[in-house]
Amino acid sequence: MTPTQTDMIVVDDVHKHFGGFHAVDGASLTIAKGSITGLIGPNGAGKTTLFNVIAGVLGPTSGTVTMDGEDITGLPPHDLFAKGLLRTFQIAHEFSSMTCRENLMMVPGGQSGETLWNTWFGRRRIADEERALRARADEVLEFLTISHLADNKAGEISGGQKKLLELGRTMMVDAKIVFLDEVGAGVNRTLLNTIGDAIIRLNKERGYTFVVIEHDMDFIGRLCDPVICMAEGRVLAEGTLDEIKVNEQVIEAYLGTGLKNKAAAG
Amino acid sequence: MDVLNALVAFSNFVLVPGIAYGSQLALGALGVTLVYGILRFSNFAHGDTMAFGTMVVVLVTWAFQGAGISIDPLPTALLAIPFGILVTIAMLLGTDRVVYRFYRAQKVKPVILVIVSMGVMFIMNGIVRLIIGPGDQRFSDGERFIMSARTFKEMTGLDEGLAIKTTQGITVITAIIVVLLLFWFLGRTRTGKSMRAYSDNEDLALLSGINPERVVMVTWIIVAALATIAGTLYGLDKSFKPFVYFQLLLPIFASAIVGGLGSPLGAIAGGYLIAFAEVTITYPLKKVLGYLLPETLAPDGLVQLLSTDYKFAVSFVILLIVLLFKPTGLFDGRAH
Repeated sequence: MTPTQTDMIVVDDVHKHFGGFHAVDGASLTIAKGSITGLIGPNGAGKTTLFNVIAGVLGPTSGTVTMDGEDITGLPPHDLFAKGLLRTFQIAHEFSSMTCRENLMMVPGGQSGETLWNTWFGRRRIADEERALRARADEVLEFLTISHLADNKAGEISGGQKKLLELGRTMMVDAKIVFLDEVGAGVNRTLLNTIGDAIIRLNKERGYTFVVIEHDMDFIGRLCDPVICMAEGRVLAEGTLDEIKVNEQVIEAYLGTGLKNKAAAG
Repeated sequence: MDVLNALVAFSNFVLVPGIAYGSQLALGALGVTLVYGILRFSNFAHGDTMAFGTMVVVLVTWAFQGAGISIDPLPTALLAIPFGILVTIAMLLGTDRVVYRFYRAQKVKPVILVIVSMGVMFIMNGIVRLIIGPGDQRFSDGERFIMSARTFKEMTGLDEGLAIKTTQGITVITAIIVVLLLFWFLGRTRTGKSMRAYSDNEDLALLSGINPERVVMVTWIIVAALATIAGTLYGLDKSFKPFVYFQLLLPIFASAIVGGLGSPLGAIAGGYLIAFAEVTITYPLKKVLGYLLPETLAPDGLVQLLSTDYKFAVSFVILLIVLLFKPTGLFDGRAH
């Protein structure tokens, strides 16, 4: 598979084995620039593991990941972050003892306040930076309609609000591609719509590419084109949601016949 | 008058030494708790890191004394502390580079790091004893007392005297400054917040713009400074003997655990709690009670609840009691 100009991410024959268990078993896919790609599949299909491999949390057993024409296989997460590859978690992560605003302000890397030297001798520069960051954080909170939570401890807000905060994190830097892992899990309809709106706006206004793992097909249908379906660590099918829905292999995977065949073969 | 005398006697033998010892334990426990919170293991080498830092301070102090440099009436060791800190920083960063980084890259379980830190402990202990010898070293100079017992008696006309040693005063003042700086650093600066963020949620910190190696480096630098300062203050107050610092590991860990591992505030509270318990229980209270009780009830014995030989047992009893009732320690160190 040769990467082209329009490909943001190219995953080529990635394997991830945990002992004898092949969580990702030869997955290949491409994510087009500017798309909102949906990644669906039954539980245990390897979606999250593939996310973790792409995001550098896990090294692949074999295979390569290319971003914007550059090989990023096995790079650590903070390097990928610097390149504009961001992800959110299935279960929302937050710095629970810090306020929502502080959580957002933590995101951008390479701040001058990060060296011990500047902490003592670069106070003015840090203050300027902090002011800009604060303004940006407040903007993000407003965009996400959670301005009123700015000074609340992030550990004390609701699960859905944490998901919004996760999305907000991606807005603190100029991301190129954002991986959302079950952004809708445990989120009520109203909040889910807010999240969906935010994703569409970010995609249109800022040109973010999104990859969305989600089980809610309405959400996928509203946002995603194309949709990629995974099962047993491989990519089964790709197309619009309507095409995927009638794909026989996909239906099989969801109904479990595929697993049965594999058990018989193994 | 008797009540006042009792109060003075209590201050002289329990309160003042307790505050000084508590400050030393608190500084030590802060180092342990930072390593636990950020690097996620119990650092058994901390006592010997303190010994190493103090040894460097002692050597530099001797050099200064030999060259006739002093800041009388303050101990020369205060001048030597920055040098001790720098050498200890180099030592810890070197250790991290050679030892811990390898295990971090393997993402080993914390218990393995604990065993590794024991190895580091033995090596540091060996280095210190090789360089300065296992014996007792005195390196304090300058004025011995801020206020001697006799001055106090003359001032107040009381029978009991209250003595405050210079080292005790310095210990408390230094501890306050260091703790304020540390809390300002952790709470207000970007680097400090990165450290808290890393401690709070490592996965998320890694997926933000936080460079983990930098966080680790800054942590070791701060731990080196804390260990050197704590060790030097303890050495000034008592004397410097490498093995004593190894033994200090027990009350220091007890302090950090009682306070809640990973919580800086807890480390300080734990330090004072352990110190006061130890001093109160091992000090003969005969004198204090003699003033307070009517003559007929005055105790014949020393009313020493526990021999000083058993002072380390006090830490463990407190540890047991606190963990029975509040397993996370007084302050919950790990955010959930």
